[in-house]
Amino acid sequence: MIVFEDVAHDYGGGPLFRDVSVRLDKGSFHFLTGPSGAGKSTFLKLCYGELLPSSGKVTLMNRALQSMTRDQLAETRERIGVVHQDCQFLDHLTVEQNVGLPLTATGRPLRASDVSDLLTWVGLGTRAEALPPTLSGGERQRAALARAIIGAPNVLLADEPTGNLDWEMSQRLMMLLIELNRMGTAVLIATHDLNLIRFAKAQVQARVMRISGRRLQLAGSEL
Amino acid sequence: MSARAISGLVVPGRGQSVWLITLSAAAMAFLAVFALALSVTSARLAANWSEALSQTATVRLSAPPEEMDSQTALVLDVLRTTPGIAEARVMVPEEQAALLEAWLGPDLPLDALPLPRLIELTETSEGPDRQGLRLRLAAEAPAAVYDDHSRWRRPLVQAATRLQSFALVSLVLIGAVTAAMIALAASAALSSNGQVIRVLRLVGARDRFIALAFVRSISRRALIGASAGTAVAMLALLALPQAGSAVPVLAGLGFQGWTWALPLAIPPLTALLAWSASLATAFRVLKGVT
Ligand SMILES: Nc1ncnc2c1ncn2[C@@H]1O[C@H](COP(=O)(O)OP(=O)(O)O)[C@@H](O)[C@H]1O
Ligand SMILES: [Mg+2]
Repeated sequence: MIVFEDVAHDYGGGPLFRDVSVRLDKGSFHFLTGPSGAGKSTFLKLCYGELLPSSGKVTLMNRALQSMTRDQLAETRERIGVVHQDCQFLDHLTVEQNVGLPLTATGRPLRASDVSDLLTWVGLGTRAEALPPTLSGGERQRAALARAIIGAPNVLLADEPTGNLDWEMSQRLMMLLIELNRMGTAVLIATHDLNLIRFAKAQVQARVMRISGRRLQLAGSEL
Repeated sequence: MSARAISGLVVPGRGQSVWLITLSAAAMAFLAVFALALSVTSARLAANWSEALSQTATVRLSAPPEEMDSQTALVLDVLRTTPGIAEARVMVPEEQAALLEAWLGPDLPLDALPLPRLIELTETSEGPDRQGLRLRLAAEAPAAVYDDHSRWRRPLVQAATRLQSFALVSLVLIGAVTAAMIALAASAALSSNGQVIRVLRLVGARDRFIALAFVRSISRRALIGASAGTAVAMLALLALPQAGSAVPVLAGLGFQGWTWALPLAIPPLTALLAWSASLATAFRVLKGVT
């Protein structure tokens, strides 16, 4: 679904990472870890085309990212759900409307019951009418997860999705992601929370990648 | 939800640029109504003046009192036998007095003034051979002067025609400035909503959807503003004192009959202008967002 071939990225001050070659296949489960500032968010941005690689080739849903038209990129994004590190809501819309946005903004049918079921599952059943600025950090992340999966994407990318959650809510979210993965969604989670990775590995076959020394390494079994 | 309802949602309804668009559309529509009124009025004046004056003329007769009646008879004879003149009528002293009163006031002892006699002519649509008529009068009644009013008719019609061109140029200028202001406001609206555009792109919205959402919202504001501006200007025109009062030319400014429908075209035209000006701007801004 997502293929990197010899990818490097450079914001201008030297490459953040290079020679990255990796495949995220249908139904796979990956963690991306590494110290803060290593380039985890940058890696995810390459996965949904917010950034272009400075060298190498990124292929999303069988299409080369560099040669996609703007409409093709938009179409590709319909199939990739993203939980952004900073959530990215429209602050003038309610939580409910934000969660439904991936469907309404692409002309796909939206069922109100799907939104409310999803909000109930992430524990925001009573916050449907709230505006994003009134949510706590944890509530924002749960709403962001709901928005990422409302369109039944083939791939789910999550950037530190449990950064503001307590352990119990983190586990609940992880269970939802695992359930999604079991239904066929490829999942990639950037996190530095090793407990979370251990918890997940007990439930699902997950691979752990680590950005270290400007390279992407497959982590060993020490986790 | 329809595409329209959704696009109404995604563009925030508040912000400076929203007011900028509504206000400038209102002000421009207000001005446009007056320019349009001026254009319609000056066209009407030009037509009225050239029509009303083209078929009347006068013969002015200045003679010593004792010859007045005989000279008058001579002139009338000449006029009756001139082709192109439908009617010749000697103005009675009361009519002349009424004409002069407008200029000199009611208390003037007119009897004491040696007034020329005026003969009012109504011409047929072809009109007489004016040069021939002048020559015949000069030969047979040298004290008579033929005046077809063209001396002061021409500059009046010319002035009215020029006024109309001014009004039309104003309309074009107003349209151009409105388009420029709305394009600027659209650009401001789009850049102050960078986050909205970014998020919409991230969730997979196509450029077309995002552009139309903004264009719809901007055109709607332009339509609302222009409607308000047009309504206020039309009410102001209705409230102007009507023709017949002290300054007839200016007081006649306004629409009559079917021309009242003309300003109603201003709001939809403004919306159309806003649509095309903001669509181009929207696509340009979108190019800068992945
Ligand atoms: N838009 C940008 N322009 C320049 N440098 C950036 C930009 N975004 C991130 N960086 C830098 O790239 C590095 C990696 O950032 P990021 O991918 O967010 O790391 P992580 O998510 O692993 O903490 C950081 O040093 C950050 O300062
Ligand atoms: Mg990050």
